[in-house]
Amino acid sequence: MSYPDTIREQAEAVVARYPEGRSRSALLPLLHLVQSHDGYVSDDGIAFCADVLGLTKAQVQAVSTFYTMYKREPAGDWLVSVCTNTLCQAKGGQKIFNALSDELDVGHDETTADGKVTLEHAECLAACDYAPVVTVNYEFFDDMDEAEALDLVRQLREGKRPIPTRGAPLCTLREMSVQLAGFEEERQSGLEGNAQGDATLAGARLAAEAGITAPAFDPGAPLVEKEEAK
Amino acid sequence: MSRVTVPGPRRPREDVLSKLQPVVTKRWLSPGAWKLDVYEQLDGYKALRKALGYAPADLIAFMKDSGHRGRGGAGFPVGMKWQFVPDDGNEHYLVVNADEGEPGTCKDLPLMMNDPHAVIEGIAIASYAIKAGRAFVYVRGEAVHAARRLRQAVKEAKEAGYLGKDILGSGFDLEVVIHSGAGAYICGEETALLDSLEGMRGQPRLRPPFPATHGLYQKPTCINNVGTIAAVPHIVLGGAEWWKSIGSENSAGTMIYSLSGRVNQPGQYECSMGTTLNELIELAGGMEDGHELKFFTPGGSSTPMLTAEHVDVPLDFDNVAKAGSILGTTALMIYSDSDCPVVACWRWIKFYAHESCGKCTPCREGNYWMVRVYERILSGEGKHEDLKTLKDACGNLLGRAFCGLGDGATSCVTSSLKFFEQDYLDYIEGNKQPLFDAAEIGAH
Repeated sequence: MSYPDTIREQAEAVVARYPEGRSRSALLPLLHLVQSHDGYVSDDGIAFCADVLGLTKAQVQAVSTFYTMYKREPAGDWLVSVCTNTLCQAKGGQKIFNALSDELDVGHDETTADGKVTLEHAECLAACDYAPVVTVNYEFFDDMDEAEALDLVRQLREGKRPIPTRGAPLCTLREMSVQLAGFEEERQSGLEGNAQGDATLAGARLAAEAGITAPAFDPGAPLVEKEEAK
Repeated sequence: MSRVTVPGPRRPREDVLSKLQPVVTKRWLSPGAWKLDVYEQLDGYKALRKALGYAPADLIAFMKDSGHRGRGGAGFPVGMKWQFVPDDGNEHYLVVNADEGEPGTCKDLPLMMNDPHAVIEGIAIASYAIKAGRAFVYVRGEAVHAARRLRQAVKEAKEAGYLGKDILGSGFDLEVVIHSGAGAYICGEETALLDSLEGMRGQPRLRPPFPATHGLYQKPTCINNVGTIAAVPHIVLGGAEWWKSIGSENSAGTMIYSLSGRVNQPGQYECSMGTTLNELIELAGGMEDGHELKFFTPGGSSTPMLTAEHVDVPLDFDNVAKAGSILGTTALMIYSDSDCPVVACWRWIKFYAHESCGKCTPCREGNYWMVRVYERILSGEGKHEDLKTLKDACGNLLGRAFCGLGDGATSCVTSSLKFFEQDYLDYIEGNKQPLFDAAEIGAH
């Protein structure tokens, strides 16, 4: 098992977030952490987590295999997830997946021969208002069609980093895994990113344009009657 | 990539526009509201200052009086949940459920990305009320931009004295940890979430004992949805009467209705509780051209679907229940006559089969086999008795599964069979083109 000191130090910082004697709570973040080093949850990664937390390898593996974000094979720099659940499918999600599958010559949870792109179909990505959606390393490319999705993966394979519709500028899956382990985003541009879009703001904009506000209130009004207050 | 159709040619009528109630979504219009200085200019942390001026018990009484109910689907009264946590001076926790992922739901993600400090301020108030010294936010793993902005908000709030030791000189201490999940819908079930947060597979726990007495680390724990928590600062500032004045009977306040599917402008529409689908579709610029409403989910895939005859049902807790469904998370997926309810159910059941944790037999096996039956029907090989098989499977699931995931899976099946049996029969009787080739998918 050969992890650099930086990973060990990060592992200690993860464990320190949880109450004394509750170190097992650090397991999910630690699995993200070893994925940031290896690109997947390797046997070494499992042994490392077990060692840090005083668990058996079987206990760690039982957990790592339960969750879809822990990859069992080396993943590419770019994890392209296509939502094919009902709403996205109705709007063309499955067609997008099929087009990407043909283009990349891989199926679900498989990585291209050049090792750059991993394709997966995803269950609902909680963005039905932007259907059909694709994510790259979990950043959103909203309201896609087949041509736009093909262009997206071609750019990724050419080494370009297309700008997500919502989320931060792309970083690699390994870099993202550091954040998933609970470490802060170090790029100011990453914190900025973009969280807005027509669907997000639809109701708020409509209200603002029509001059509609919620009823006025007195922020100083007491929460409970005086005689109740202690 | 995004379509611009607001305000669009078909502007909603004035009385429909007046259903809009921007409270929780108002700050979303300010692109910098995720930063502390902007948040503070927009009433940020005023509610925390106000709350700290009261005794915790008074805050709980206030929250009960406000009529605020949980926004995560079940609609449990928030004040009552806070009161369940024993006030015995021992270690206990607040856990915030931000594991949004049910098909149809899409309101927590924009909330966390655009207004993360509202979540943190709500956590500080709730933790003070239940006297919890530690709070955890369990964020869906895939929600990376939400998590990074929440982490930044915690950092900023701590530096400004809104979290940490002796908050604003009150003597109250609070640590908040943002914990990313790793991809499992079941972790939105509150006891599965606790197991996951303890570093296990996310599988639900037997109840009783309930989390209020035996929750995280077997200590008393209050679990609130992130949308529930983000509304708390607004309610504290506005007051109980104000919050109640906005909603309908037994459904106080505003609700973020998430419209998706066959409308001109899908999106988030925060309205007073009890707004109807007809009104919401009008706000969303009408149905897409050439599409007529066929069915919709009032609150995500686990709520029984409703049809065009239900467009005037006030969408609040009581009225949706009276109509035979559940308000859930007000995730309104809107499907038209060009969408097939049988295909929709097949895809949803595939979801539940994939997301079933495998702990209990009814859910693990029931969903697995229902997928097979759906694939047989959709490949043109179905038999009339398949409909009885689906109903039987649902009968063995509903109320017999270990947790709500199994119960929820049956909703679309039973409701679609009730309203759209003919659509099933069309495949079975050869009146509709099969969706797939039986040989190709290996239907049995």
